[in-house]
Amino acid sequence: MLLPGPLRGEAGGASRLNVTAAGTLRAVLDEMAVAHPRLARRIRDERGELRRYVNVFVDGEDCRHSGGLATPVRDGAEVQVLPSVAGG
Amino acid sequence: MATLLAIGTAKGLFLATSTDDRRSWEISGPHFPMTGVYAVAVDTRRSTPRLLAGMTSSHFGPSVATSDDLGASWDEPDQAPVAFPADTGVSLGRVWQLMPAGPDEPDVVWAGTEPSALFKSTDGGRSFELVRSLWDHPHRPQWEAGFGGQAVHTVLPHPRDPARLLVAMSTGGVYRSEDAGATWAPGNTGIRAYFMPDEWPEFGQCVHKVARDAGNPERLYAQNHHGVYRSDDDGRTWSSIADGLPSDFGFPMVAHPGRGGMVWTFPLVADGERFPTDHRCRVFRSADAGGKWEPLSVGLPEGPFYPAVLRDAMCADDASPGGVYFGTRSGSVFASRDEGDSWSVVAAHLPDVLCVRAAAV
Repeated sequence: MLLPGPLRGEAGGASRLNVTAAGTLRAVLDEMAVAHPRLARRIRDERGELRRYVNVFVDGEDCRHSGGLATPVRDGAEVQVLPSVAGG
Repeated sequence: MATLLAIGTAKGLFLATSTDDRRSWEISGPHFPMTGVYAVAVDTRRSTPRLLAGMTSSHFGPSVATSDDLGASWDEPDQAPVAFPADTGVSLGRVWQLMPAGPDEPDVVWAGTEPSALFKSTDGGRSFELVRSLWDHPHRPQWEAGFGGQAVHTVLPHPRDPARLLVAMSTGGVYRSEDAGATWAPGNTGIRAYFMPDEWPEFGQCVHKVARDAGNPERLYAQNHHGVYRSDDDGRTWSSIADGLPSDFGFPMVAHPGRGGMVWTFPLVADGERFPTDHRCRVFRSADAGGKWEPLSVGLPEGPFYPAVLRDAMCADDASPGGVYFGTRSGSVFASRDEGDSWSVVAAHLPDVLCVRAAAV
């Protein structure tokens, strides 16, 4: 899992996390949340929904176009979190 | 003894500190850069004052952080301090208000949120729980959103009776509890809602801010979306005190924390013309509970002035004589150390000022 600069402070400064979880993006994010709850709530709200201006790419594809949190995640996949272009 | 002025802006929190009786200020920040800080509190009930900040990142969502060393360091819990329970099906948009309860409940802090809800903390603001009784109120489906969103923006504990609590929301109006939040009743009698077919509804008013009188806790002042009112019965009924003002529109309403009858506001021309009246930078003060109002402008900018002052961007401190503060949407912050008679600049060129709170620390 690749993290953008603004979120690395919530993962001890790491730009990359190895997450062991099977199946879907939801499972990956749920597993990550166990060890990094503050990072998790920057990405998803309390309903578990992706925040509006956070984009998550699975192997380079925006999950919003590939099944959302149900997007399949293969072994060795790269999940990249990127803030969208927003703000004033 | 120092005075701390916390300044929440659209892009972070700034802290101004004065050690010379509010003559000069040193400013730190931005804390939480690139977040909108809509709510801040200085909780002086603790042996060490606690700062609370409610911030919202446009990307990464809302949260609440606390500091027990006057902002040198901040702590944010791992679990979301304010979050809606799963069964509500909604998520927190923003914390609009952080309000320490009365002296009898030193660990209680209230939070008003968007969407309109009240949360209670019993650990000094580290974690909060939804107040179900207000969330489940049968009126809630009819509370509407104003331009700023739909939020509980005002929480007023009663200084002598922990059972009594008042909240105000836009829109929806004032709601009161006399049983520590177990049940709620609207308290809008006398407040006009010109934007509704029935202009005198039981609820649905767009109350912008409510303040409680220092000398008489049954007395409240409200700046409404057109209309300035006073209640002498703890918010059950209201009557207009707008006659002496140049306009009845505006956002803030601040009561002197130590002198009964004294209140400040910052009128704007109208809903459709949100500029200071006469395009001048003037605070209006009443020393007789709204009977008469006087403009205050000594030391404030002269000449045309267009920025507005938002609902929580004006406050008073607890010093004597009382200090008054306000910040503008153009990022200027002004302070008075003589109850508004004269003013000086605390800061300029900050981001839009959303809220200010001051206290001796």
